[in-house]
Amino acid sequence: MQQNREALLKAYRDMVTIRRFEERVQDEFSKGHIPGFVHLYAGQEASAVGVCSHLGPEDHIASTHRGHGHSIAKGCDVVGMMLELFAKKGGLCGGKGGSMHIADLGHGMLGANGIVGGGPPLVVGAALTAKTLRTGKVAVSFTGDGGSNQGTTFEAMNMAVVLKLPAIFVFENNGYGEYTGAEYAVGSRDIAGRAAGFGMPAVKVDGDDYFAVHEAMREATERARNDGGPSAIEVNTCRFYGHHSGDAQLYRGKDEVRKLREERDCLRNFRRRVTDARLLEARDLDAVDTEVAALIDQAVAAALAAPPPEPETLMTDVYVSY
Amino acid sequence: MAQKTIRQALHEALAQEMRRDPRVVIMGEDVSGGAGTPGGRDAAGGVLGVTKGLIAEFGEERVIDTPITESAIMGAAAGAAATGLRPVAELMFSDFLGVCFDQIYNQAAKFRYMFGGKARTPLVIRTMIGAGRSAAAQHSQSPYGIFTSVPGLKVVVPSNAYDAKGLLIQAIRDDDPVIFCEHKLMYDLKTKVPDEAYTIPFGEASIVRDGDDVTIVALARMVHYASEAAEKLAREGIDCEIIDPRTTSPLDQDTILDSVARTGRLVVVDEATPRCSMAADIAALVAENAFAALKAPIRRVTAPHTPVPFAPVLEKLYIPNADRISAAVRDVHGYAR
Repeated sequence: MQQNREALLKAYRDMVTIRRFEERVQDEFSKGHIPGFVHLYAGQEASAVGVCSHLGPEDHIASTHRGHGHSIAKGCDVVGMMLELFAKKGGLCGGKGGSMHIADLGHGMLGANGIVGGGPPLVVGAALTAKTLRTGKVAVSFTGDGGSNQGTTFEAMNMAVVLKLPAIFVFENNGYGEYTGAEYAVGSRDIAGRAAGFGMPAVKVDGDDYFAVHEAMREATERARNDGGPSAIEVNTCRFYGHHSGDAQLYRGKDEVRKLREERDCLRNFRRRVTDARLLEARDLDAVDTEVAALIDQAVAAALAAPPPEPETLMTDVYVSY
Repeated sequence: MAQKTIRQALHEALAQEMRRDPRVVIMGEDVSGGAGTPGGRDAAGGVLGVTKGLIAEFGEERVIDTPITESAIMGAAAGAAATGLRPVAELMFSDFLGVCFDQIYNQAAKFRYMFGGKARTPLVIRTMIGAGRSAAAQHSQSPYGIFTSVPGLKVVVPSNAYDAKGLLIQAIRDDDPVIFCEHKLMYDLKTKVPDEAYTIPFGEASIVRDGDDVTIVALARMVHYASEAAEKLAREGIDCEIIDPRTTSPLDQDTILDSVARTGRLVVVDEATPRCSMAADIAALVAENAFAALKAPIRRVTAPHTPVPFAPVLEKLYIPNADRISAAVRDVHGYAR
């Protein structure tokens, strides 16, 4: 725990923002305010925030179906995100992407992705840009245990090793690819081991522990920024909701989610760690909670009030010029 | 002005653009060749030699040999383009789109729209098309129609060295993803090509031959068969106008429609298979917009609805030729209601 007070408060704020954002999205989705599908990240916050705590706006990430947490951790505007999910004018993508394509290149966020395994090759490209233009930046691919089985992911890891690129492959193993267990679908049951087989350092970390993720990412980022090539991190984490909002979760064990919330809550872990070590006071954290609650209320109010996209935007932004 | 082959024209375009802009990089399988071998680098320069020698001037950081890994090549090129490079990625044979289409179709093509106009993806994918080498079903197709059907992609199908150079330079300077199709039997075809860099705008067809009787729209190698047919038909008193669209997305609809308004007859020649194809697309365009001008049904001269065969005798039957084009032209020219 080498982080200063400001960094710890920021980490907590980002994690709480993700949690409250997702809880509110679940509510608003249930009320019918959000079209399409949403895949919620609650439970996995320590992964996104631990990883992104080492990244600046010019480092790139690519994300998954479950992209809200990564977007918030990378600095995307929360109000713009909520407007986007509500399919409103002024949304982060003008209401043309939605939850599954939420992106903001200005913050180095190359997009959530509707294609499982779609992101890792793009991250190889962002890392290639960093290496070719000698920017000193890194590129991080977030993939789930499901995406870890895709050929694109294998190809991306091999190419990153061959070209010795500043790429980091983060595998968030939440135990489920859609409605199927990782125990079944990941043949070797060892995602980090498989990544290591491509020729890069790979570690497993406890995704319920922000500090464990932060530390693993520190090593990977230093390696990447010092021409040491790619790394992989398997983050063992858990999701508090289904694959998507409205998922009946028939594949879950009895009381599984309740136990996860009681025993594996990364936010509660963080709070306990920093208060026990007297790094932050409970009242500091409470103040963040209040601030975040207001932000989420403001975002939802703005999203409810905003008009839908103008009809003519159907035809714009297909090409830069045509 | 010197005569140059399409291979030389493409090489020159790449070298000139790489000199002009350090963000332009080439990547793909064996674009240099010989990495990790006793023989050493530049062993190939692409399987048909277009990029031979570029590594000597630009180094391995800008002439990037990749593993045989098309998804990673296309995805890396898309990701690099969205983050500041201007990659020219090689998809060795267009048939290989089958293993990497997601990165082109769902990623690169859609970034700008999905992200609300905030992305630029200045990516060029050079890829070989065409039958005629007994390369059989997985190395001989002409799937530009598939690419053309995808909003967000631009598609270039040059028929000669002059166009190839100007269109490739335009493709590299363009801020959208461009699929650049090179016919594998045309690399040695020569025409006059300026030494200096120049661009040809997308969406401007070339009128290869003027005529008032029948409009022939032909793509890539078919332009040459159409010209051969038109020579013969001229001696029979039938004057054909030949239009080479040069780019199928954007498509120069006006030049085609203006020509048909004058001739009243259309033959479309396309080496690709006929269903949901460029030939079908152009026929629909004319039927929808120039119906009143038509004096005869539209005829399409295309490959059959089959994979590309291996045996030379079958492949010859597969590819449209001057005789089939002539027969179609005579047919529409002699049509009486």
